[in-house]
Amino acid sequence: MGRITLQKVQKKFGDVEVIPPLDLEINDGEFVVFVGPSGCGKSTLLRLIAGLEDVTDGQIDIDGEDATMVPPAKRKLAMVFQSYALYPHMTVRKNIAFPMRMAKMDPAEQNRRIENAAAALNLTDYLDRRPGQLSGGQRQRVAIGRAIVREPAAFLFDEPLSNLDAALRVGMRMEISELHKKLDTTMIYVTHDQVEAMTMADKIVVLRAGHIEQVGSPLELYRTPRNTFVAGFIGSPKMNLIEGAAAAEHNAQTIGIRPEHLDVSTTAGQWQGTVGVAEHLGSDTFIHVHGVAGCDPMTVRAGGDVDVKHGDTIYLTPQAEHLHRFDTQGLRIA
Amino acid sequence: MATQSSRSAARIMMAPAVFLLLVWMLVPLSLTLILSFKRFLPLRGDRIGERGDGFGDFLLDYITGFPTLDWVGFQNFSAFASSGAFTDAVITTLVIVGGVLAVSVIFGILLAMLLDQPMWGQGVVRILVIAPFFVMPTVSALVWKNMFMDPTNGLFAHLWRAFGADPVVWLSDVPMFSLILIISWQWLPFATLILLTAFQSLDSEQLEAAEMDGAGPLARFFFIALPHLSRAITIVILIQTIFLLAVFAEIFVTTGGAFGTRTLTYLIYQRVLESQNIGLGSAGGVYAIILANIVAIFLMRIVGKNLDR
Repeated sequence: MGRITLQKVQKKFGDVEVIPPLDLEINDGEFVVFVGPSGCGKSTLLRLIAGLEDVTDGQIDIDGEDATMVPPAKRKLAMVFQSYALYPHMTVRKNIAFPMRMAKMDPAEQNRRIENAAAALNLTDYLDRRPGQLSGGQRQRVAIGRAIVREPAAFLFDEPLSNLDAALRVGMRMEISELHKKLDTTMIYVTHDQVEAMTMADKIVVLRAGHIEQVGSPLELYRTPRNTFVAGFIGSPKMNLIEGAAAAEHNAQTIGIRPEHLDVSTTAGQWQGTVGVAEHLGSDTFIHVHGVAGCDPMTVRAGGDVDVKHGDTIYLTPQAEHLHRFDTQGLRIA
Repeated sequence: MATQSSRSAARIMMAPAVFLLLVWMLVPLSLTLILSFKRFLPLRGDRIGERGDGFGDFLLDYITGFPTLDWVGFQNFSAFASSGAFTDAVITTLVIVGGVLAVSVIFGILLAMLLDQPMWGQGVVRILVIAPFFVMPTVSALVWKNMFMDPTNGLFAHLWRAFGADPVVWLSDVPMFSLILIISWQWLPFATLILLTAFQSLDSEQLEAAEMDGAGPLARFFFIALPHLSRAITIVILIQTIFLLAVFAEIFVTTGGAFGTRTLTYLIYQRVLESQNIGLGSAGGVYAIILANIVAIFLMRIVGKNLDR
């Protein structure tokens, strides 16, 4: 079980309100990702749930019980830190055993759980090494192992992949996703990387300055962003936001069109511009187009076989059904 | 330092320093060694430098092994070791070293923990804490002796009398305790400072992880903080031992070696300057070197392996 409910949770550091009163429901077994730019309060929110920070006001319920004043160790939550926070003087085995040792668990049961976790995480050969002798990915797995053996109600991940290189990050991303499918335990995952959010989450919580901008499944957020912030944050490359006359034509303050929803032509189209940089990725081509009124540069995602060079004139036509319209407050017009 | 030429260049450039260090160490060491096998009682008319008083004359005497002094073999060594004062002095030395180490490490950790807490005026407090280290040993011993421990005018005497108790005559009733107190007061800042920097380098996420893993404050201290400090503690113990084995001024100023506070260093001083027996004192000096090495080997065995990690 791992149902976590935040009711009017608020956090202030002195006079600075980091998290204004906020409500959030996290269901049992859900993979929830908190995503937002750095400094948006996502890590603080996670630490509030973990109990490492005290809430200024409001209530945190875990499995229907008020846990607001419960110390972190008693909340049945396990956390994986950004720095992994392994104990450097202990072997991998002792690191993983530490929470069970603190709980004074039966040694035979401890060993059984260590073996299971090590087997699941490919750590069996490394049990007698110290963290200093492991690679980044292995340390990451030890940290996860230490969390698994506690059999917690929910896992909390604080930017766990940000210290890994790009290739390893993709691998670990899948391992964590698979772990979630296998354990079927609630996971709360903090990241600033919207790709991680899109690929892993059941539910994404987009935060800005402590406010929840939108909650929803990855595709909901991609298809119907509630405002211009979510529109610009989710999706890669970013959505093109166009203001001015082009937006006014659609009775909106701002219109948004994703790079993949623009048709490219060298002869005719709705908007005309010149190619700035064309990034050929093989499968796709990202073209940065200058000179379109209201949005400069405009990014276009075209097929890999599009042959354009710097300085070429290009015509773009937005696909009408994929056009997003936003009003003066930046909110979506249905 | 990869190529052959850069390695040899480095050797040549280091040579003067190595040479200076060797001379610095070897001259006094060999002088002590030679004299420890000689009868040298200046008051009984033993002389070196019969040829004259110049440096060249001394150097010639030194190189030829002081031919004017009688070679007595191991007589100085057996005389020094067979005196009852010798074993007492060794034990006293070890008790003082051990006592001061225990006090400065334990209280150093506690003080460092206290100073690591965020508080108002942290910078000033830290400077104040390190202050005793800047006071000369002679001065601090005099301050303790006259200001605190004096049985009639000392602050402790006033304090004791305020509660109606008889003042303790610190330096003669509990001389070892008093000495350890004085020397610890001087060395505590050093230990505190090194341990404080170690505390500050402790990753707070590790402590938080331990907290989430269910470790209480005591468990966090013993399982996380203390192992993290082990290297710093090793350094404190090694450095302090080196200096504490040679502690002298504090004893000279307070008890003058009386009441069982005569350390090996102090015994050597008495043999050389009070008994005017340089040969005997030199033999004591050689014993001091041996003792220091035994202690050093033990320390390296016990705590030194912490440095390898």
